Amino acid sequence: MQTALRTSLPETELASRANFAPHTRVVREERPLQASGLPLSIRGLRKSFGDNEVLRGIDLHIPAGQFVAIVGKSGCGKSTLLRLIAGLDKIDAGSIGFGQDIQPEDIRVMFQEPRLLPWARVLANVEVGLGRDRASKDAHDRAEKALIEVGLADKRDQWPSVLSGGQKQRVALGRALVSRPRVLAFDEPLGALDALTRISMQRLLERVWRDQGFTAILVTHDVSEAVALADRVLVIDEGRIAHDVTVNAARPRQRGSAELAALEGSILSHLLSADDRT
Amino acid sequence: MSLIDSVSLPRSFRLPRVDGLIQWIVPLAIIAIWQVASVTGFVPTRVLPAPSDVVLAGWKLLLSGELVRNIWVSFWRASIGFLIGGGIGFAFGLANGLSQLSARLTDTTLQMVRNVPHLALIPLVILWFGIDESAKLFLVALGVFFPIYLNTLHGIRTVDPQLIEMGRIYGMTDGELFRRVIFPGALPSIFVGIRFALGIMWLTLIVAETIAASSGLGYMAMQAREFMLIDVVVLSILIYALLGKLADSASRVLERLTLSWHPAFQKR
Repeated sequence: MQTALRTSLPETELASRANFAPHTRVVREERPLQASGLPLSIRGLRKSFGDNEVLRGIDLHIPAGQFVAIVGKSGCGKSTLLRLIAGLDKIDAGSIGFGQDIQPEDIRVMFQEPRLLPWARVLANVEVGLGRDRASKDAHDRAEKALIEVGLADKRDQWPSVLSGGQKQRVALGRALVSRPRVLAFDEPLGALDALTRISMQRLLERVWRDQGFTAILVTHDVSEAVALADRVLVIDEGRIAHDVTVNAARPRQRGSAELAALEGSILSHLLSADDRT
Repeated sequence: MSLIDSVSLPRSFRLPRVDGLIQWIVPLAIIAIWQVASVTGFVPTRVLPAPSDVVLAGWKLLLSGELVRNIWVSFWRASIGFLIGGGIGFAFGLANGLSQLSARLTDTTLQMVRNVPHLALIPLVILWFGIDESAKLFLVALGVFFPIYLNTLHGIRTVDPQLIEMGRIYGMTDGELFRRVIFPGALPSIFVGIRFALGIMWLTLIVAETIAASSGLGYMAMQAREFMLIDVVVLSILIYALLGKLADSASRVLERLTLSWHPAFQKR
C-alpha cells in the first residue's frame, strides 16, 4: 500500500501564484491510458454578480483525465467555477482553454437535481444527452448502452416519477455519459441522496470515470467524498484557490482507511481555519 | 408493511365496475326521491313535474326531431366558439409566456378586458350582430378566451427553469425546447384552463340563447316558458347538466391520455 499523501503546496501559501506549474505527475499507474479526456487551463478567471466578486482570479491547470474535487464553504465560488467551466455562465475576465476546439457534446454537467423530463420515459431522457445526434439512427442503441452502463437497462420504459432518488441520478449520469463527453462536471451530484445510495453512486462514478477516461471535476461539500474519489482536491476560499492537495492513495480506495482519514482531517482543518478567519 | 396491506386489501375485493357506478348513486337517488315526492303529491306538478313527465316530454321532442336539432345547434355553437376563443387565448398565452415584449405589449390590455364581465356585453353584441349566429359565437369565444389565456400563460411561466437550462445545455434548438420541455411542462395547467373554459362555454351559450336566439337549447327553454310547458323547461335544465358533465369527462379522458407521465394520473 502506498502511503504517499502530501499537499503539493505549503499550506500557508495562496495557490494562485504557484499553480501555473502543470501537474503532470501520473498518479494512476494502474489505469489504462486513454486519450479521451481533455486538459483544462484556466488563467486569471474572474466572475462577479453585481457588486459581489465571486471568483477573484483563478489560475489552474488540470491534466487530461484527472479527477479533481473542488471543496469549500458554501458561497465560496466553487459552483460558479464549475458553471464557468461548463460554459453555463459568462466569464468576466480571464480564460478557460481545453487545448483544442471543442464540441458542445464534449462537456457535460450533472447537477444535484436529476433534471429529468418527467414526461419522457427513461430511455428518451437518456437520448436527450446525445445533443445534435438525437435524430441519428443509432440514438436508441447508444442510449441503451449508456443505461446498461449505469445499471438501469430494465427501467428503460419507466416514467421518471416512479424511480427512486438514486435511480433518477443514475439516469442523469447516463444522459451525461451517452455523448462520450471528454470533460464531465459534477455539481454536488450526490448531495440529495441518503448515505448508502451515496456510496454506491460514488463507486459508479469512479467506475465510469476509469472506464471512459474523461476529465472529471466534482464540486462537493463532502470532504470524505472528495478524498475518496479525486486525484486532487482544491480548496476554494473567498474566490481563490487556497489549497491544492494531491491524493495519491491507490485505487480502488479503502473507504475509511487511515490514509484517507488523515487527508480528510487535514483538508477539513484548512476549511475550518478559513472559517475562523472570517 | 402491515399498514399497506390492510389499506390495499379491500380494493382487491371490490369489483372494478362499482367504482364507475358509485358517482351516479347520488343523482339517481335524487331522481328517485323526486319521483316519489311528485307521485304522492308532496310537490305539486305545477311547481315541478315528475321525472317521468320530463322523460315523456323528452321522448315527444325526440320523436318530433326538435330536441336533436336544438341540441345539435347548441353543440355546434359551443364547439366553434370554444375553438375560436380557445385558439386565440392559447396563441396569446404562448406569445406572452415566451416573449417579454409581447407580454408587456398586450398583457395589461387583456387584464383590463378580463375584468369586464363578458355577459355585460350582451346589449352591445346584439346591437353589433343582431341575434345572428356570430353574436353567440362572439360571446362564447370571449368567455372561453380568458381561462385558456391565463392558464396557458401561467403554465409556460412556471415550467421549471432548471429543465429549460438542461435543455439548452444539451443543445436543444428553440423549437425542440418548446416541443420537448416548455409545452409538455405547461400542459397540466392548460388542461385546468380548458376545464374552466368548458364551464364558461355552456354558461355563456345558454344565457345568450335565452336572450337572443331562434334555435338552440336556451331558445327551447324560453319557448317552453312562454307556453307554460314546465316539463320542457326542466328537461332543458337537465340536458345542460348532462352536456356539462359530458364535456368535463371528455377533457378528463384527454388529460389522462396526454398526461400519463404525471404521478396523479398513474395507475395505483
